Amino acid sequence: MITALHIETLALQRGERVLFRGLSLSVAAGEAVTLTGANGAGKTSLLRAIAGFIRPAEGTVRFDGADGPLDADDARRGGCHLVGHQDGLKTGRSARDELMFQARWTGGDEASALDAAERLGLTPLLDLEVRKLSAGQRRRLALARLAASPRTLWLLDEPMAPLDAQRRAQFGELMGAHIAGGGLIIAAVHDPLPIPARPVEVGA
Amino acid sequence: MSAATTLLRRELALAWGRGGGPLLALGFYAAVAAMLPLALGPEPARLAAVASGVSWVGLALASLLSLERLFERDYEDGGLDLLMMGPLPLEAVAAIKCLAQWLVAGAPLALAAPIGAIALGAPASAAPMIFACAALGGLAFAFVGGAGAALALGSRRGGVLIAVIVLPLLVPPVIFGGAAIDGFIGGLPWTTGLMLLAAYALAAVALTPFAMAGACRNALS
Repeated sequence: MITALHIETLALQRGERVLFRGLSLSVAAGEAVTLTGANGAGKTSLLRAIAGFIRPAEGTVRFDGADGPLDADDARRGGCHLVGHQDGLKTGRSARDELMFQARWTGGDEASALDAAERLGLTPLLDLEVRKLSAGQRRRLALARLAASPRTLWLLDEPMAPLDAQRRAQFGELMGAHIAGGGLIIAAVHDPLPIPARPVEVGA
Repeated sequence: MSAATTLLRRELALAWGRGGGPLLALGFYAAVAAMLPLALGPEPARLAAVASGVSWVGLALASLLSLERLFERDYEDGGLDLLMMGPLPLEAVAAIKCLAQWLVAGAPLALAAPIGAIALGAPASAAPMIFACAALGGLAFAFVGGAGAALALGSRRGGVLIAVIVLPLLVPPVIFGGAAIDGFIGGLPWTTGLMLLAAYALAAVALTPFAMAGACRNALS
């Protein structure tokens, strides 16, 4: 279980282009951080570097657990959860099949998945094929997998872009509960999150 | 339920629906087998001589059909991110995907291969041998093909690229399997060919997951 994340003098590069240099950031349990910045500033790349998909050009990403530093691969495999621009859903399968797989794959079970679906108002949609869901409904299904699994560090990339006002409030409650339970949230956003969060500017 | 069985069940369901699942590969194989007499003429002696060889080439081509989407779909819809973050290393994920591909497309083709070869004039007594070679060869096709599919991630016209990468790598199992079947039919020693085919298939199962995982990481970064 991740209790803190430390980013030290991180530099990210995409091809020849340097996105940013010298970014340092610490996030502790029970804290939410929003990443702001212009399009192309490197918010998505930062999230993917934390998740381990992109190798930093310089600097380190470290994870702490309750008993001290964690191995980065173990921490990512057991404690990180990412919802990106793409929802990661297979259009030909039912919403229930997809949610159950995603919950089980990341350490949750059927009960936690159904509970997460209920909290995001997805229960009546579970028997539909994913292709029949709207963009907002798909995003809620992707967000439900966060709450369905016991992972503590949520990495969110524009999580609320396709959601309507009521669903934004619902997801805000979910994030609030996660933070209150000792979770960590790092979200790249253009609109503010509905919960108290510390803003960090990327690429400034 | 362990993570590996969870993933295998999902991959089986996806492979079943991917590009028509096993029916497409079977239909393609039947079409190749049916075209051959039209091209070569219907004389039984001539067809029987090439029956086992042609059934091999048909198998290799048919097993390529659904490979294009093996990693491509997960790459496009963000599913690969999720698979990277699971409890299993990416090497194991890749191996499970190929195993599902073999179970859904390779196993039905292995059952169809003796039927196709016998219809073209191979002796019925060779059916078990053709089945064994097709099953082992299918395993090699699925894993080597998976490596090609992973390497082609993100490229346009990925399907053609996969064929160009993979077909040369399918030459050894086609040679070994063809030698085993011909030897068996002709009453010659056949164990060497079968052993080499098994060795190639096992080497593919052991080594290609590392190539697939490396290629997927590279495509995502």
